[in-house]
Formats: sequence, C-alpha cells, structure tokens
Amino acid sequence: MTTFPWLSVLVAAPLVGAIVVMLLPKGADKLAKQVGLVLSVLVFALTIVMALRFDAGTAGDFQFGVAYDWIPAFGVKFALGVDGISLVLIALSTSLVPIVLLAGWKDVDGSRGSVRGYIALILTLEAAMVGVFAATDVFLFYVFFEAMLVPVYFLIGRYGGARRSYAAMKFLLYSLFGGLLMLASLIGLYVVSAQITGTGTFDFSTLAGLSIDPTTQRWLFVGFFVAFAIKAPLVPFHTWLPDAAAESTPGTAVLLVGVLDKVGTFGMLRYCLELFPDASRWATPLVIVLAVIGIIYGALVAIGQTDIKRLIAYTSVSHFGFIALGVFVMTSQGQSGSSLYMVNHGFSTAALFLIAGFLISRRGSSLIADFGGVQKVAPILAGTFLVAGLSSLALPGLSSFVSEFLVLVGTFERYTWVGVIATLGIVLAAIYVLLMYQRTMTGPTPDVVREKVFDLSGREVLAIAPLLVVIVALGFYPKPVLDVVNPAVARVMHAVNATDPPPQVAPVAEGTAK
Amino acid sequence: MSATLAVVGSFEIPTIEYAALAPIMIVMGAAVLAVLVEAFVPQRFRRVTQLVITFASLVGAFAMVVKAGGTSQIVAMGSVAIDGPTLFMQGSILVLAALAALVMAERQVDPSGDSFAPRASALPGSADEQAFTRLGWLQTEIWPLFLFCVGGMLLFPASTDLLTMFVALEVLSLPLYVMVGLARRRRLLSQEAALKYFVLGAFSSAFFLYGTALLYGFAGTVSLTGIANALSASAADSGLVVTGVALLAVGLLFKVGAAPFHQWTPDVYQGSPTSVTGFMAACTKVAAFGALMRVLYVALGGISWDWRPVMYVISALTMIVGTLFALTQTDIKRMLAYSSVAQAGFMLVGVVATSAAGLQGTMVYLLAYGIATVGAFAILTLVRDSTGEASHLSQWAGLGRRSPWVASAFALFLLAFAGIPLTSGFTGKFAVFTAGVAGGATSVVVIGVVASAVAAFFYVRVIVLMFFTEPSAEGGPSVVVPSAFTKSAITISVALTLVIGVLPQLVLNLVGQAGVFVR
Repeated sequence: MTTFPWLSVLVAAPLVGAIVVMLLPKGADKLAKQVGLVLSVLVFALTIVMALRFDAGTAGDFQFGVAYDWIPAFGVKFALGVDGISLVLIALSTSLVPIVLLAGWKDVDGSRGSVRGYIALILTLEAAMVGVFAATDVFLFYVFFEAMLVPVYFLIGRYGGARRSYAAMKFLLYSLFGGLLMLASLIGLYVVSAQITGTGTFDFSTLAGLSIDPTTQRWLFVGFFVAFAIKAPLVPFHTWLPDAAAESTPGTAVLLVGVLDKVGTFGMLRYCLELFPDASRWATPLVIVLAVIGIIYGALVAIGQTDIKRLIAYTSVSHFGFIALGVFVMTSQGQSGSSLYMVNHGFSTAALFLIAGFLISRRGSSLIADFGGVQKVAPILAGTFLVAGLSSLALPGLSSFVSEFLVLVGTFERYTWVGVIATLGIVLAAIYVLLMYQRTMTGPTPDVVREKVFDLSGREVLAIAPLLVVIVALGFYPKPVLDVVNPAVARVMHAVNATDPPPQVAPVAEGTAK
Repeated sequence: MSATLAVVGSFEIPTIEYAALAPIMIVMGAAVLAVLVEAFVPQRFRRVTQLVITFASLVGAFAMVVKAGGTSQIVAMGSVAIDGPTLFMQGSILVLAALAALVMAERQVDPSGDSFAPRASALPGSADEQAFTRLGWLQTEIWPLFLFCVGGMLLFPASTDLLTMFVALEVLSLPLYVMVGLARRRRLLSQEAALKYFVLGAFSSAFFLYGTALLYGFAGTVSLTGIANALSASAADSGLVVTGVALLAVGLLFKVGAAPFHQWTPDVYQGSPTSVTGFMAACTKVAAFGALMRVLYVALGGISWDWRPVMYVISALTMIVGTLFALTQTDIKRMLAYSSVAQAGFMLVGVVATSAAGLQGTMVYLLAYGIATVGAFAILTLVRDSTGEASHLSQWAGLGRRSPWVASAFALFLLAFAGIPLTSGFTGKFAVFTAGVAGGATSVVVIGVVASAVAAFFYVRVIVLMFFTEPSAEGGPSVVVPSAFTKSAITISVALTLVIGVLPQLVLNLVGQAGVFVR
C-alpha cells in the first residue's frame, strides 16, 4: 500500500467517471447524477484517507510523488506530488465537487445542454483541478492549467444565463491570453534550464534550484505572473470574473471562483516565488500596490452592485487582493494566512454562491431589488446566508477571520501603511455583506417573494451544512490546516530568501487564531 | 564491344538507385497508368480502377518509405537526397494524401455524384455540360492529376539541386492548378480560383527560376552543396547571391503561403473543391516547407546571418497578417485559408531557428497541421444546404445541437489549430517555439505567442457558434451522412490529432531519428 498511486488515482477516477457518465443512455439523467455524486464522494473519501497518511512533519516536501516519462524529447514527466499547500487545496477541490453536485441537483434539468454532459464536464474539471495542484512538473502544470479552461468554457457557455456566450468567450480569451504568455515563459525557462544544466527539464525542484540571472528571471516572471494575475484575478485583469460568475450556474460559479481562481494565487506562491525569487522581490512593490487597489476597489464596486452574483464576484476580487498581498509581503504570517485564506475563501464563497443560487432560482431574478423580507418566509435560508456572509466579512469565530488577520499581521510587520489601508477592506466588507443581507432578507416581504420563495429543502440543507460546519470549525481551530501549510510556506520563504522581521505581533496572531 | 565501351568511357553512365527512389517512382508510374485507364477502361469500371490504383500506389510508396527508414544517401547522380527529413516528409505527404484521397473519393454527399465537374472542359452552364450531366457521365481525371501532384510533392523536398527542385515544383503545381478548377458546383468561382492560382503560381515559378539562374551565375552549379561550398569559399558579398537568394525565396514562400506572398490563398482555398483544398493545404505545405528548409539549411546555411533577419520579419508578418485577416472573415473556407497563412508563420519560427530542433519541430508541426487540416476540410464537405456546401459562418450556428459528433470533431481540429494542450497543434507549436527561443529568435516567438492568443479568438468563435448559438429559424444547412470514405478520413484524423497531442513522443521519436539534412 505504500506505493499506492494516490494522486494518479485522484486524477484518473473523475476522468473515468466522466467517460462512464457520457456513455450512459440518453435520458438517464437521474442515474448520471447519482453516478457523479457517488464517484465524487468516493474521490473525496480517498482524499481524506490520503490526507491522513500525509506526514505533516515534512509537509514542506513533496509526498506521494510519482513520475513517469511522458515526452522524454522535451524532458517532460507526468510527475505528481503534494506539499502541505497543494494538499489542502486538493482537499478543498474534491470536497466542493460533491457539494456542488448535490446543491445543483436540479439546476440543469430542462436546460439547453444535457444533464449527462453537465456531470461529465464537472468531473473532467475535477480531474484537471487535482492535477493542476498536484503537478510537480511545470509542463504538466501548464497542461492542466490550460485543460481546465475547456470544461469551464462549456459549463458557462452551455448551461449559463442569458449572456453566457459572451461571458464564456471573455473568460476563455482572458485565460488563453494569460496561458499563452505563460507558455512563452515556460519555453524560456526550459531553454534556460538547458543552457545551465545541459539538458532541459521541467522538473519543479530542479528548476527551483537553478540560479537564473536576474534579468532573464524578470522576463520569465512576467509571463507567469500575468497568467496568474488574470486567473486570480488581480485588478486590472479582473473584468472577466463578474461576467463569468454571474452567467454561470451557481455550481460552476463555486468551482470557478472557489477553486479555479485559487490556481492563480497558488501559482504565485508556488511558481513565481520559488522559480524566480529575485524577480519576485523586484516585483513586490508593484504587486502589493495592485493587491491593495484590488482590495479597496473590489469592495467599493461590490457595494454598488445591484445583482447578487456580481456582488459576490466583486467581493472575491477584494479577497483575492488580500491573498495576493499575503503572498507578496514575504512574511511567514502573510503567506500562511494566504494559504489558509485560499481554503477559507473557497468554503465561504461556495456557501454564498450556493445559497444565493437557491434564492435566485426560487425568485427567478438575481437583482437585489427584487427581494426583501426573505427571512420571514425562509428563515433557514436567510440564516445560512447570514453565516456565510459573516464569514465572508471575516467575523471573528468564522474561518475567514483567522486568515485575513494573519495576512494583515504579516503585512503590518513589513509595510505598516499598506496594512492600514488594507484593513479598510474589512470595514467595507461589513458594508457590502450587511447591506446585501439587509436589502434581501429583512424588511417587508413583497407578495412575489412570499409566493415564490420557500425554505431550504432537505437536500439543500445537506449540501450547505458541511460548508457551515467547516467555516465554524476552521474559525475556531485552524491548526490542522496551518500545521500542514506552515512547513511548505517555510520552504517558499527559504526559496525567496526572505526572513521575517523581528517578531512583535506574531505571537498574538497565533494566540488569537486559537 | 570493347571499342564501344572505350568511346563511352569519358561519359559517365548515370546510376539510378531504384530502391531509394521507389516511392516517387511508384506514385509517378501509377499516375501514368491512371492516364491510360482514363483513356481505355470502360466508363463504369473507371472509378473503381482509379481508386484501386491510387490507394495501392500510396500504400506501396508508404511501405517503401518505411523500408528505407534510417538510411541517408544522395542518389540519382547527386540530385535527390533520400535522408531522414526527406523520408519523414514523404511519409507525411503520403499519409496526408491518402486521407485527402478518401475525402475526394466520397460520392454519397453530393446528390449528383462526386464533388468534381463531370466534364471540366465543358463551359459552365453550356448545353454541352447539361447533356453530359443528364447522361450521368463522370470523368475521373482527378485521380491521375492527383497522383502526378503527389509525385511532385514527394520529389520537391528531396531535391538537392535547384533544377530538380524546379521540375518537382512544376510537376506538383500544374496538376494542382487544374484540380482547383474542377469543382462541380460554383464552377465560375472555381475556374476563377484556378486561373488566379495559375497566373500567380507561374509568376512565382519564374521568380524561382530567375533566382536559380543568378545563383548558377555565382556558383557555377545548381547543386545545393555546390552553392554552399561556393559561398564559403568567397568572402565578398555578391549582388548575384543576394538577388538570387531573394528571388528563390519568393518562389518558395509563395508555395508556403507566407506573407506578403499569401494573397492567392483565400481565393484559391474558397474556389477549389473542398476536398482538394484540404489536400492542397496539407500536402503542399509539407512539400514546400521541406524544399524551403533544404535550400535554407543546406545551400544557404553558411550565410544564415544574412537571411535570418529577413526571415524573422517574414515570419512575424505572416503570423500577424494571417491572424488579423482571419479575424474579419465570414466564410469558413476563407477563414481557414487565412488561418493557414498564420500557421505558416508559426512554422517559419521553426525554420528561422536554423537548428536540428527547428527542422524537427517544423516537421512535427507540418504533420500535426496537415492532419487537422484534412480533417477540418473533410467536415466542411458534409455541412450542406440545397445549393451545396454551406460555408458561410452564420450557417453553422447551432450545428453542435443537431450533429454533436461532427461538431465535436470540428471543434477538436479548431482547438488543434489554436494549439490547446493535449491536441497535436500544441505539440507542434511547443516544438517550434522551443527551437525558436533556443535559436535566439525570442522576439519572433513572443509575437507568435501573442498571435496565437488572437488566433484563438476566431477559432473559438466557430465553436461558440456551433455549440452556444441557437440555429436560425428556417432550419439552415444539415450535416449529410457520408460514406465510409469520408467517415474513415475524419475518424483517422481525429485519432491522430489526439495521439500526437497526448503521446507526442511517438512522433518526436520519428523526427528525432530523422536527424538532419544530408549534405
């Protein structure tokens, strides 16, 4: 059992599932959903078993590694392995898939595309998500990075809302553009590695060990960084996200914002910082400025939104600002906070999008103005929405608080004023979340809402409950995640040659976190 | 007896290595045979005889290519090189030609027979032609033309002197001009395309010949190695060389379809019978790139510092022009024509690398592009309305809902053109771009990457149209169910596109063994 290829199975199982679902006879929609759900639960269970066997003590190393020759002519290997950060992100991905399938059980019934196709696309996406986080070969990472686009493109374009075609196209073009810039850098990196070591390689650890001259590093860094900044997305590369999120089904939006966008911030932490340490330090001021602009701008624009889904999308722009900030302040608090934030943001955004999706499908409109007083007709729906919202605004006791606090502490250690401005983001978060809650859930209930909106069904509660449990649990006890993330962060910090400033606030952060 | 030999002694008896030249000879012999079949075999047996001859000769030639694998020699008195690259390109041409022939053999798609004019010599719309059609007579002259053309293509990249190369160029071009004019429907458009192609092609041949003459004037030989030796021996820059190389390049770049010599592509691609377009786009490119690279690498490798900057500009220009013009097209055939221009630009990135990696990357790209091209044009023949093929973009709206498999296959080819990972196009693009960066052409590669991003837009737009747009109210065109010929061509193209994308090592091994040009 020690050689059981955990990661390969995690990648292959959803793919096989997708093929099985596609081969089901036409009209076997219910069966397709059941197969998809059962399979995704199994994949999640497998992830948990793997996580339990993960050695947290050496979480900075890649574990469960496998490597097969794929394209020897280019030195490309099918190489997978996880460190602490990728482990928690894979767990995030595989846990969200069954939730999304369960919550969106009826989302695509009677839509244009087939239900089988929907399930198959989600499973394909799951395989690519696991692959992208687990790849330890940069070429393989790129392949998964691009391959992810195809299922999402069809998920938006086939099953989305009125402007789906536009949104899908915009999403694809932004991502492709970023991806191709990354391809240019990837090729450059390969050539540089061939020049330094004699044989070109894409092996991550080997590449991270190279000392590339700073000017070359900067060019290569730019290609990778822009790709990740589009994916994450950082202002000013963010305009595709609100469209894509607003036009997709809630389930797609969850996977898109909750997981896919994390590839951007994960990529910054793993690839930009470790492969191009000099260039990363060179770019730090610019990235920090972009991140802070993102935090404030995303929050301000969110306040002004009239559409619930677009509002949630803009809150994510703000939150991605926080994550990028934490990555690039080059302190262990900041980076641990960011890694934790990726997980927490995934869960709280998932809850927000799914509950908003329940609300929108009942009322048949996503405009905030069309709601009001939902709390009276659907108390459970309103209550869960409030918890998810409070987590999003980082209320202490809920998970996002810990991560946001760590990021801010990490920022204050090095850049006091940046920290001060970023903290404003939390204040603004309170405004947009509470305003949205107030406008939709409280006040007089219009007749339309009274007629159409009813409370959550058992299936919906079953889908949402795990999310809320995790949000609360990680809010009080983030240690399991931090324990596996910290050693990996230490490796990154070592790679960028960064050391924490003399600790002043750090112990307090740890204390509060618990 | 001995006296006669003594007289002949001063005259070298030409040696012909028949085994090495077998692929070319088989195809050429089959072409001659096919002409005789056209003249003497009764009409009802003609088609089947032609098909047997065609496919048997292609398979036979391919077998000879495989058999010759690993050898490297200069044969036919120093005018033909049968080396690794030649064999790889000959193999590619034969595979692509066989796939294209499958599409050309289709007879179930068009209600009135195959897609070629029943009697090309009759005036379009004349009483003569109508009588011919009414009688249901079908000429099968396309097959001998096709075989001559393939024969020329097999020789073109193998030629090691400029005169042989010129002869090969003409042998491949002349039948092609006729084939372009053979469309059954929209005959005037087809004949216009043929004339344009012929006139411009003749011009470019003249350029090629003029360049050959000037280089002969400089080197005193037309052999590529001879020219290379003369160039390395003479230090001084010669006007003859510069002008000669420029004129020669014009002739070759015209065939390749590189900007600014690409103007013929959209009209010719649009006017030709679609199956011929697929054949022409795929196979001509392989042959022409083979010849271009042999000239640049073998004869002009020594002065690469002089021509590389020019080729940088041409490569960049080709990518930019092809991409930008493709953006504005509303006809799928024209869009694919401009896309083929852009693709030629990407392949030129491999050429300007001037390295073994560049040569091999370009060969991979050529094969990948050729397969996707034949497949894409095969699908184009299937989407029809009452007037024939429906090639206007708007007519493809909603195709994915009515014919998901055909639309998916077309989407795969488009993704391959766009160079999305796990398709063959990505393998090719990666190979040439890597070679480009390693060869110092980073700026061209960056332009190529940006052009790829722009190009993705118009490829993806068709996918959007097929899958996400509602079909027009009046029903629009439908997908015709083809016979096994087209079906197998599309299936094989899809399979190869995926295999080269997912397991590229198979092809990379082949080009790796192909090595470099023999000198």
